[in-house]
Amino acid sequence: MTASRIQVSAAYQKWRKIKDQLARYGIVTGGLGVIVAIGLIFFYLMYVVYPLFVSAEAHELARYQVPEASAGKTLFLISEEQNEVAVRFTDQGKAVFFAVDSGAVLKTESVGVPDGVAITSFTVGSPAQGFVVYGLDNGGVIVVRHRYRITYPNDKRLITPQLKFPLGREALQIDPQGQAIINIAFRSNESGSTFAARTADQRVLLTNFSKEESLFADDDSFERIDATLDVNAEKLAYLLLDKEQRNLYLSTQDGDLSLFNISDKQHPVLVQHTQIMNVGEQLTSLVFLTGELSLLAGDNKGFVSQWSLVRDAMNHYSLQKLRVFKVSELPVMAIAAEQRRKGFMAIDADGVAGVYHSTAERQLLTEKVTSAVPELLVIAPRANAFLLEDSEGMIEVWAIDNEHPEVSIKSIWQEVWYESYPQPDYIWQSSSSSNDFEPKYSLTPLVFGTLKAAFYAMLLAVPLAIMGAIYTAYFMAAPLRRVVKPSIEIMEALPTVILGFLAGLWLAPFIEEHLMAVFSITLVLPVAVLLFAFAWQFLPEKLRLKVPEGYDAALLIPVILLATLFAYKISAPLEMLLFNGNIIGWFNNELGIGYDQRNSLVVGIAMGFAVIPTIFSITEDAIFSVPKHLSVGSLALGATPWQTMTRVVILTASPGIFSAVMIGLGRAVGETMIVLMATGNTPVMDLSVFQGMRTLSANIAVEMPESEVGSTHYRVLFLAALVLFSFTFVFNTLAELIRQRLREKYSSL
Amino acid sequence: MIRAWFKTGAPWVWLNAAAVSLSLIMVFGLLVLIAVRGLGHFWPAQVAAFEYVEKGSKQASTVIGEIVEQQVLKPELAKAAGYTPEQAAQGLTQYLVKTGNRDISGMDFRWLLGKDIKQTDYPENLMVMERREWGNFYGYLQSIKQDGTVVAQGTGAWVSLDARMQRTLDIFAQIKDIEKHDIGAINYQLERLRLKQRKFELEDKLDAQAKRSIAAEKAGFEKKYQALQANLAALNQKIRRDSLVAKAANGQEVEIALEKVVLYYQPNAMNVVQKIGHYFSKVWEFLSDDPREANTEGGVFPAIFGTVMMVMIMAVIVTPLGVIAAVYMREYAKQGVMTRIIRIAVNNLAGVPSIVYGIFGLGFFVYILGGNIDALFFPEALPAPTYGTPGMLWASLTLALLTLPVVIVSTEEGLSRIPKSIREGSLALGATKAETLWRTVLPMASPAMMTGLILAVARAAGEVAPLMLVGVVKLAPTLPMDGNFPFMHLDRKFMHLGFHIYDVGFQSPNVEAARPLVYATALLLVMVIIGLNLFAVSIRNRLREKYRALEN
Repeated sequence: MTASRIQVSAAYQKWRKIKDQLARYGIVTGGLGVIVAIGLIFFYLMYVVYPLFVSAEAHELARYQVPEASAGKTLFLISEEQNEVAVRFTDQGKAVFFAVDSGAVLKTESVGVPDGVAITSFTVGSPAQGFVVYGLDNGGVIVVRHRYRITYPNDKRLITPQLKFPLGREALQIDPQGQAIINIAFRSNESGSTFAARTADQRVLLTNFSKEESLFADDDSFERIDATLDVNAEKLAYLLLDKEQRNLYLSTQDGDLSLFNISDKQHPVLVQHTQIMNVGEQLTSLVFLTGELSLLAGDNKGFVSQWSLVRDAMNHYSLQKLRVFKVSELPVMAIAAEQRRKGFMAIDADGVAGVYHSTAERQLLTEKVTSAVPELLVIAPRANAFLLEDSEGMIEVWAIDNEHPEVSIKSIWQEVWYESYPQPDYIWQSSSSSNDFEPKYSLTPLVFGTLKAAFYAMLLAVPLAIMGAIYTAYFMAAPLRRVVKPSIEIMEALPTVILGFLAGLWLAPFIEEHLMAVFSITLVLPVAVLLFAFAWQFLPEKLRLKVPEGYDAALLIPVILLATLFAYKISAPLEMLLFNGNIIGWFNNELGIGYDQRNSLVVGIAMGFAVIPTIFSITEDAIFSVPKHLSVGSLALGATPWQTMTRVVILTASPGIFSAVMIGLGRAVGETMIVLMATGNTPVMDLSVFQGMRTLSANIAVEMPESEVGSTHYRVLFLAALVLFSFTFVFNTLAELIRQRLREKYSSL
Repeated sequence: MIRAWFKTGAPWVWLNAAAVSLSLIMVFGLLVLIAVRGLGHFWPAQVAAFEYVEKGSKQASTVIGEIVEQQVLKPELAKAAGYTPEQAAQGLTQYLVKTGNRDISGMDFRWLLGKDIKQTDYPENLMVMERREWGNFYGYLQSIKQDGTVVAQGTGAWVSLDARMQRTLDIFAQIKDIEKHDIGAINYQLERLRLKQRKFELEDKLDAQAKRSIAAEKAGFEKKYQALQANLAALNQKIRRDSLVAKAANGQEVEIALEKVVLYYQPNAMNVVQKIGHYFSKVWEFLSDDPREANTEGGVFPAIFGTVMMVMIMAVIVTPLGVIAAVYMREYAKQGVMTRIIRIAVNNLAGVPSIVYGIFGLGFFVYILGGNIDALFFPEALPAPTYGTPGMLWASLTLALLTLPVVIVSTEEGLSRIPKSIREGSLALGATKAETLWRTVLPMASPAMMTGLILAVARAAGEVAPLMLVGVVKLAPTLPMDGNFPFMHLDRKFMHLGFHIYDVGFQSPNVEAARPLVYATALLLVMVIIGLNLFAVSIRNRLREKYRALEN
């Protein structure tokens, strides 16, 4: 040939080489992509879950002199929703509105204390409402409300603070005797307002104004109810009234606390008198946690304890200590509760502030925020900042980054004592109607439900699948096996949504109707099979030999069908005889076991059905691929086929069987549609076979569509997915490792 | 003797055999159950008129309906319901009757007690009417009205009804066509215009000329829209012309506008041939029509379409990935630690619960990938998401990931069956590894890939849990493919057969009425999936035979 041909060929060779290399790199990348994929899933889940467990962060935004210090000493400090404007109420009856970032005074307004009257006490209503109440030395009170109007002139947000007088500009006379009010508590809602006041002559007065329906709007008239509490008011230092205007807490500095039920405003009832401080300890702060269902008590030893009303078995309420936080060695100077979550901040005498979450029992941050003695502490409504006033007359503004305080390892896995629950418990209740009740994220009931569902499924699937596999792989005639194996394997392809649908809409009502039949079939079937088998050997040889070896399974099909029919037929009379015709009622009355239509039994059957083919197929392969010379050797030595099976074959194949069970378990744990449709999806922790459950997977399917992206709920659902992933990762990896070893073993045999 | 028998081990073998038999009975029992219930749905059942004496009343009343179910009341329950022990012990038969006429009686179904039924007739002139709202109507045709005046009565009414029904259905089809296609297309174009304008604004290119051209285009569409609206109004006027008057079981006469009627027939008067005809037309309706009445009536066409399209896109994604991974493991990777790790990874991919794929797809594909795509390519539509919301593309991608191991395992098995001699032969003749792969190995393994692909498709078609998070909805207003440019709308949400089963079976307001349809849908899904599986198995078997021959 010619030179040119060779030259072309050289270029061509080069091209071929490049192609070969490209293919190699492409394929290697693609191959490793599988590992990347599984890693990506894992790390992505981690990435979403991780922020749940990070601590809070805080940094100082601004620090300035108390604005308009001449207006008096600050009694109360709070910022509005956007944290742009704050207000301080002073002991001279002034409201000073100022810009949060600079301390520039925006507006100063007087609450209108009449001339010649002195302010003797002060309190605030629920934080979101913005009520501020001054108690006067003539027995009167002034109620004002700070509100903020937001407008958008020129597309820029403008916040205009306002002071409003919801009960009129005139002071309201609480004490008819005109004594000075030295402590006061106030709450208000749509139906009325309540004041609790301690007067200078040591009476505790309760005054309620309830709104009366009026035909004309804006013209509500009030009905006034007055009562005096029967209590020693001598040393009272704290008066707290909850927002339902139902419970009134009175406490002395020593922690001598009286709790009154004031649902009936005319007749307040003393519910409990208790000591919330140990001897020698002094209360330094007593505030409500959001929702006003529990109290946070700070003391001079540096502890903050949470007290809440707990109902006992007799339906009696009493105040109990839910948990204690060690804040510092020094006295707690101030406690500030968040407005929307069950979080709070506490600051000690040294100016070290801590951010906590009560239910999660987490300390999210401790940081020294001031070198002076802190006096007032308040958290912004969105809990993204806090304001602090110290003894040197400085106001400090700090930003806090604290996205997910409500979740901790403890709150997810251990029993948590929630407010208004009688004892610590595992609870999953991810949504609540208001901020007063926190969402409860305990994964324990879900994991329990998952394992329970898997357990009942495995209870059905493992024996059936393994026994079936043993027979199919070892005893069954080859032509039959070629039909049977794919038939059972096709079950695996059956969409679980169909199994779930049948379980929920057909099987569940059927079992409820014929529960007895389920029991009788379980009992009758093995007996019938054994009886048939026993009788079979007495049949004439001629007849017996007509059925070739390895066709027993086919022979048994009519037997099983007939036995099932028989068991079904006798179930009704049997139920009449044994359980008076109503087995479910019998369980309920005699054993106290309730019956749920969509229960674990239904799930067990349906999911067992879904898992059987998985286990069957792998077990069958493992047994079938046991080298023939082992079993033949055993038979040659005189063992019966069954002995060979149990002593040789199963032992050799046992790692394979184990890995089959692992994979089946992984499938049962992760199955979603069946449990979603065949259980009531209630997150209860009940082992009873007649009760439902909620599994991790069903929980994700139910709640994921309605969870807000990036919220704690969203991340907790990802955590649930991560837990599921980890479960199945362990099962599958274990199974695969065992299978790889088994394969090596066989290849060496 | 029994002990001796047990010693031989025979009873255990029998018990094992029983396990196989039981499993088989369960599999086939399940299939038969679905088949019977699913296929029975379309058969026009006899409609009976019962003379029924209500408990506690002497007066007999007429109840018309189809018997759906019958059961014997448990003695215990019968006693509780206030029957004498003798009556209870006899076993009281109860019939669940589909009475329809929800607009009149407020319910679709009624339980009738067998012993209180005085007489059962099957009148030939009984009519079943499927309506667009309020479910079925059962009753007798009285007369036909045109613009409010009676034009036909008695037997003549039937003749008149047939023609008028045909006319109404034709107009209905026209209206639907205009509403769905023409107006749908205009709305789509208008939305595109709006986005175009917004895009110009964002890019600061919205000058007078652009404004003018957009306004002109908009005016053009609006003019077309006006014309269509006028046309539609005329058709709506026309369709309301006819109505029929029918008598319900309780003697009440009801006037029903023909535009609300889908189909009417007299099941008791039909012969077998007619019934078969009716049966197949109902099957066809089921396969080709849109759902009606919150998915409890009508067909499942959008769900079939959505499922097929999703599965096809998934197949396009998963095949190359799966094949490459399998080729790497068999042909390139050194058998050792690496392949072991990959095998573990593959097994884990196969074992990860599908809902985890769903949540991963939602978080990673939809919010991260989709969110970024929106920010980069569709800023004009923000804050409304285009790809940053669950949709067809993400559903396909998620399922591709989920079915990846199926393709890998199957392809790998195919590759492992190709004798070494073939590869060595090719290499010896001077082919590079890539060429060997491309020219000899892959073509030979193609049936295995096909098997894997089919199995993957079967798996994907039946998977529901992840789809609930990444794009399936109970009712999609538009198909993910239509005549509007760019024809494939991968950002759209879609309907899916499996989810349809879940939704109609469990979330529907009228589960009892919807149940037959769910069985039919389940049957369809099972048939598709089992069909695909059998196909895959047969390919695999043929492949095995072929290579066995090669090896020898």
